[in-house]
Amino acid sequence: MDLAVGQTARDVLRGRPRGRLTRRQREALAGYLFVLPDALGLAVFAGLPMLLALALGFFTVDGFGGYRFAGLANYRRMLLDPLFLQSLRVTLAYVVMLVPSLYVVGLGLALLVQRRSRLSGVLRSLFFLPQMVSLVVVALVWQVLLVDKIGIVNRLLSPLGLGGLSWLGDPRLALVAVVAISVWFLMGFYMLIFLGGLQDIPKEYHEAARLDGARPAAAFLYITLPLLRPTSFFVVLTATVTAVAGGQIFDLIYVMTKGGPANATELAIYYIYQQAFQYNEFGYAGAMATVLVVLLLGLTLLLFAVTRGGRFDG
Amino acid sequence: MTVEAPRPSAMPPAFRAVPMLLSLSGLILGLMAVAPLLWMVATAFKPQDEVFGAGLLPHRPTFANFVYVFTQLDFLRFLMNSFFVSATVTVVALLLHSMAGYALARLRFPGREVIFLTMFSTFLVSLPVIIVPLFVLIKALGLLDSYAGLIIPSIFNAFGIFLLRQFYLGIPPEIEEAAIMDGAGYWRLYWSVVLPMSRPILAALAILFFLANWNAFLWPLTIVSDRRLWVVQVAIASFQGQYTGSWNYIMAASTVVALPTLVLFFVFQRQIMESIKTSGLK
Repeated sequence: MDLAVGQTARDVLRGRPRGRLTRRQREALAGYLFVLPDALGLAVFAGLPMLLALALGFFTVDGFGGYRFAGLANYRRMLLDPLFLQSLRVTLAYVVMLVPSLYVVGLGLALLVQRRSRLSGVLRSLFFLPQMVSLVVVALVWQVLLVDKIGIVNRLLSPLGLGGLSWLGDPRLALVAVVAISVWFLMGFYMLIFLGGLQDIPKEYHEAARLDGARPAAAFLYITLPLLRPTSFFVVLTATVTAVAGGQIFDLIYVMTKGGPANATELAIYYIYQQAFQYNEFGYAGAMATVLVVLLLGLTLLLFAVTRGGRFDG
Repeated sequence: MTVEAPRPSAMPPAFRAVPMLLSLSGLILGLMAVAPLLWMVATAFKPQDEVFGAGLLPHRPTFANFVYVFTQLDFLRFLMNSFFVSATVTVVALLLHSMAGYALARLRFPGREVIFLTMFSTFLVSLPVIIVPLFVLIKALGLLDSYAGLIIPSIFNAFGIFLLRQFYLGIPPEIEEAAIMDGAGYWRLYWSVVLPMSRPILAALAILFFLANWNAFLWPLTIVSDRRLWVVQVAIASFQGQYTGSWNYIMAASTVVALPTLVLFFVFQRQIMESIKTSGLK
């Protein structure tokens, strides 16, 4: 029986004439065909761009779309670019403020709503609700809330003598405002992740602790926190990746501050985007993106090393 | 809190108030969490001179802002674009991911684990990091300013494949075996046995995919310059520049954009929150 390959593939999927293929071969062929579309798509639209970013970094692109090999010029330029170095500092500051805040708020909310009750269910929904809205809408709403002097936030703060603050206009405050809004938006997600982690802790541990007369604070410190290590690791890792390279943060900055005032909220991902799409510096942007990914990988490895992958044994 | 609260009678009097205080503070925090969104909706019904007035509720509520948004701004078109793109991505992605997830979980073929890990590793590739080369690629393919350019790159995502594979790892093997014995091919097995079984997880993922695509901004912003192809997120972000100070219009448009996601949430909140809770790597 001489079957063309295409014919064979179709017959395998339809289960018709077996040809000379064994059942195992038919299963394998079906497996490859089922995976193919997604594998190809991921290769072209995720894998290839990753390699292209690396390659782009060694080229300069002129205004007419011509590419010229430039060796390490883009990388040398980076070291002398005060705005790029500044954007790395802003990114670091953002991570340092955001990740611990998200951890504390996410865990705190999870503890608050972990009991099974009608109220807890309602509260979970309320805390999660901001997550449903797009970052563009979030950025627009908070811009109105934070308007100088007459915005609702400043009106509420004015009895405390803080009504004159310019949240998005003062370089010392803008990043803090962006962190606060990010926490507000992301907290529901991390609350749910922590809830999943809390549910995995066997109830017996807490019962035993109670019988031994342990106070809630002690039970939290010596049972809950250690047993949450895998969840904590996941949370810190996800939050870090989100803070350094997340699309949502980009949206927020793009709509709300455009990196300002005085570059105070110019995160590296935003600076890279500007270089590419405002100044057509595709090569330079590719090189900076590569450096950012390397830094992020370094941070991830450091996290793995410090926490030993978030395993139980302390 | 971590420890289940002991019965009130077993507690010293001073502690009896604690659960109630917790409920109360929880409720206050919950209201604070949604206050910005309530404020957005309220502002959408305010005339311009009331936007920064005292009080949450409008004194003279009006639909004029919504009328303006729909009549002056071609908003319906942007809504249709968003809906078309999000729905297409969702349907195609669910089909392809469930095929891949099923094969990676249940069919045996050489190199399966390596293929899975390679596909899964793209999980770490975030859009801002690859947006420049992806733009170059899409431009080379001639897909700038097209629906195809909006849709195709958004389909492929490792997260969906991973969750579906997890699901298929858990289904009982007897059902597939019976179908194989019947002489059904793998496509028929997938189409008429496996796919109908996956309805619950496909429904949950459909909501998540639709939401993610409805809310997407960076990609449509980057590859579309033709106004007729704008999705709603790009549209409202650009209104902001055009209508500086007319926050009542912007809040009305934002409310319209947020509405479908909020409705989806109120209807499917349990499924949405459950699928996120279980996705935290186990």
